[in-house]
Amino acid sequence: MDLTFSEEQDELRKVVRSFLGKYSGEPDVRRLADDPRGYDLVVWRRMAAELGLQGLAVPEEYGGSGFGYVELGIVFEEAGRALLGGPYFATVALAAEALLRCDDERARADLLPGIAAGSTVATLALTEDGGRWDERGIGLTATGGPDGWRLTGAKTYVPDGHLADLLLVAARTPSGISLLAVDAGAPGMVRTPLATLDQTRKQARVEFTDTPARLLGTEGTAWPVLERTLATASVLLAAEQAGGAAAALDAAVGYARIRVQYGRAIGSFQGIKHKCADMLVEIESARSAAYGGLWALEAGDETEIAVAAALAQTFCSEAFTKVAGDNIQVHGGIGFTWEHPAHLYFKRAKSSEVLLGTPSYHRELLATRLGI
Amino acid sequence: MELDFGPAVRDFRQELRDWLADHLVGEFAEHRGVGGPTDGAAWEVRLAWDRELSAGNWLGVGWPREYGGRGLGLVEEIVFEYEYARANAPYRATVNALDLLGPMLLKAGTETQRKRFLPPILGVEELWGQGFSEPGAGSDLASVRTRAALDGDQWVVDGQKVWTSFGLHADWLYVLTRTDPDSRRHKGLTMLLVPARQPGVEIRPIRNLAGQDEFAEVFLSGARTGADMVVGEVGEGWRTAMATLGIERGTTLLPQQLGFEREAEALIELARRRGALDDPMLRGRIVDAWISVRIMRTTNLRTIGELTAGRTPGAQATTAKLYASTRHQRLGHLAMELAGPAGQIVGEDYGLDTRQRSFLLSLAETIYGGSSEIQRNIIGEQLLGLPKEPRP
Ligand SMILES: Cc1cc2nc3c(=O)[nH]c(=O)nc-3n(C[C@H](O)[C@H](O)[C@H](O)COP(=O)(O)OP(=O)(O)OC[C@H]3O[C@@H](n4cnc5c(N)ncnc54)[C@H](O)[C@@H]3O)c2cc1C
Repeated sequence: MDLTFSEEQDELRKVVRSFLGKYSGEPDVRRLADDPRGYDLVVWRRMAAELGLQGLAVPEEYGGSGFGYVELGIVFEEAGRALLGGPYFATVALAAEALLRCDDERARADLLPGIAAGSTVATLALTEDGGRWDERGIGLTATGGPDGWRLTGAKTYVPDGHLADLLLVAARTPSGISLLAVDAGAPGMVRTPLATLDQTRKQARVEFTDTPARLLGTEGTAWPVLERTLATASVLLAAEQAGGAAAALDAAVGYARIRVQYGRAIGSFQGIKHKCADMLVEIESARSAAYGGLWALEAGDETEIAVAAALAQTFCSEAFTKVAGDNIQVHGGIGFTWEHPAHLYFKRAKSSEVLLGTPSYHRELLATRLGI
Repeated sequence: MELDFGPAVRDFRQELRDWLADHLVGEFAEHRGVGGPTDGAAWEVRLAWDRELSAGNWLGVGWPREYGGRGLGLVEEIVFEYEYARANAPYRATVNALDLLGPMLLKAGTETQRKRFLPPILGVEELWGQGFSEPGAGSDLASVRTRAALDGDQWVVDGQKVWTSFGLHADWLYVLTRTDPDSRRHKGLTMLLVPARQPGVEIRPIRNLAGQDEFAEVFLSGARTGADMVVGEVGEGWRTAMATLGIERGTTLLPQQLGFEREAEALIELARRRGALDDPMLRGRIVDAWISVRIMRTTNLRTIGELTAGRTPGAQATTAKLYASTRHQRLGHLAMELAGPAGQIVGEDYGLDTRQRSFLLSLAETIYGGSSEIQRNIIGEQLLGLPKEPRP
């Protein structure tokens, strides 16, 4: 296992950064924040066609390019830096991963190529009104009958749930937790977009009334699959958080160099300089937390993955929020305005903190996984 | 995580593991984990342990054979530190010479100096002290005032040094001196190797807050050393000093931080015994302590990965000290809280247990090798490119 990035990986980072610099600049981020869809179909397609980002870690047999998690982590770090909006996280970190983990070869062969090609936007519908990320939070039921499976109940806080072409829904069935796939336009499914504090990351409430669905894998065996999916997504989100934090620090440093008070650049005052230094310490530590998770995913040791994922989410959530808040402080009054991008990062930090469970939740997961 | 660098290194690791299993026994085993970069506990036992290591040819794994080293590479050095930490062997007493002076001489010393000084370091025959700080030159190291002037073929040194770690044991000192009396700040400084056991050198213990005579003040009055005892060039001592500090902030922290992992494990064990894990607040703080040592390890691995790939280490190599020292202090507070009232009771003659000692001595980690404030200045100015402090 490599403990540093290869030249190819550095190159990937460069390419992704330059692409996102072009298509996910501040004006794009703001425009998409106001757009209920939250993403640009043209850019989405180019991400797939030109860079292969949706299928980066999807095995070649399903139409992807079969790279590893380290590569995917690099993309998420850059996506976080650029505040990339839209369904990339939902599609790649959640849905594609759940499909890869579930024990259903046919579903993989049917559904992954569309994701890799950029023609399918997908998501995972897990949380409900209770807002819980554990097994017990799943109340929505699926019932099997002669004409297939049907869902009844509601999911909420579903990332990009209002626009996904494919929803993977966690449901309770007589023998436990199961995962089912629902296509957009399925009868009995009502999707309501939710107005979100972080406008760059859209969510929806999805109600199901006797909605036909396709069971993935064996009934009642989905919880470990979901748990593992959440672990992977936790690590990728951590990489995204580290990237977001790095961008916030860049902004703070850029401003501290040019803003003059008392006849000197504020960055020459230790109150500001030291704050920026502490931000970098947080970011480098967050990178370590995230990269540790990526290495664990790459190595495939399940115990280690579970631990590293909970660690990464606990640490990177808090680090991003802290750094994004400090960025506002360094900017003073201007940092508190709607016009300045600082709040976009701060809100993204706060929404990322709860996207896959709060830091307290992950801290407790970690404690349990360590046997503490 | 196991570091795996391929079969050749695997053999090296196995040889080391076997050797440690055979030799880390008896009194040495009783002193597992004892000592630190500024912890003089069980000095004599640790010195004997260093001699044991020397006899096994385990000191200077990466140093050239001609000076008594093993002539192996960076990878083996790293594996050595990991395995050493894994075995929890006593902290090496000769750290000053092994980790600071030795690498400095390998980098900047003359061939004669290397031949003269490196073998006795590896043989644990000569101990070294670092004479940089002065009463008026701590963080502001460029303001050193200790003077040195040539008298024939000898330097004559006058001045005062302070906070010299393990100074009482030093046979030699490497001293930052001002050789150009008209110079200011970092110009006109010279690095000299000065014998400590001579009439011109007086070394007095200073008691640290843990009650140890670990560091010392050094009075130099007419101390003499040969004209050939300059490391680097005359007048270029600042550069030599900075190189040493770079080493100090980098590699020497690795074994220490690996030791912090053990402290975290011990802390969890203690918490379990005391039933403290049922307290959700404490549980959270304990998990955070565990997280921080794990992050230190991953940060180190990143740096190692970059070094072994022949790349220049990234920012994490510089931020690591600040993170580790701050988090280690937090860990110390938590350990004391878990110990409860028992944590305030000490043994005879202010005898501290491992936890108390580590907790108190951790306060130095944010001071020596560049204080946290200085680290933040370095990070702000050198890594982030923020404007320098205006200087009068
Ligand atoms: C345990 C221990 C072992 C040591 N071993 C050695 C050794 O072997 N050899 C050796 O030469 N030295 C040694 N030192 C000395 C160490 O390098 C100095 O203590 C350190 O550099 C700080 O200098 P000072 O003590 O003079 O504090 P000062 O420089 O006086 O600093 C006092 C406070 O002011 C802050 N400060 C100073 N300048 C600035 C600034 N520009 N901006 C913001 N804050 C600032 C400092 O961070 C600190 O908090 C050791 C110190 C300790 C504690």
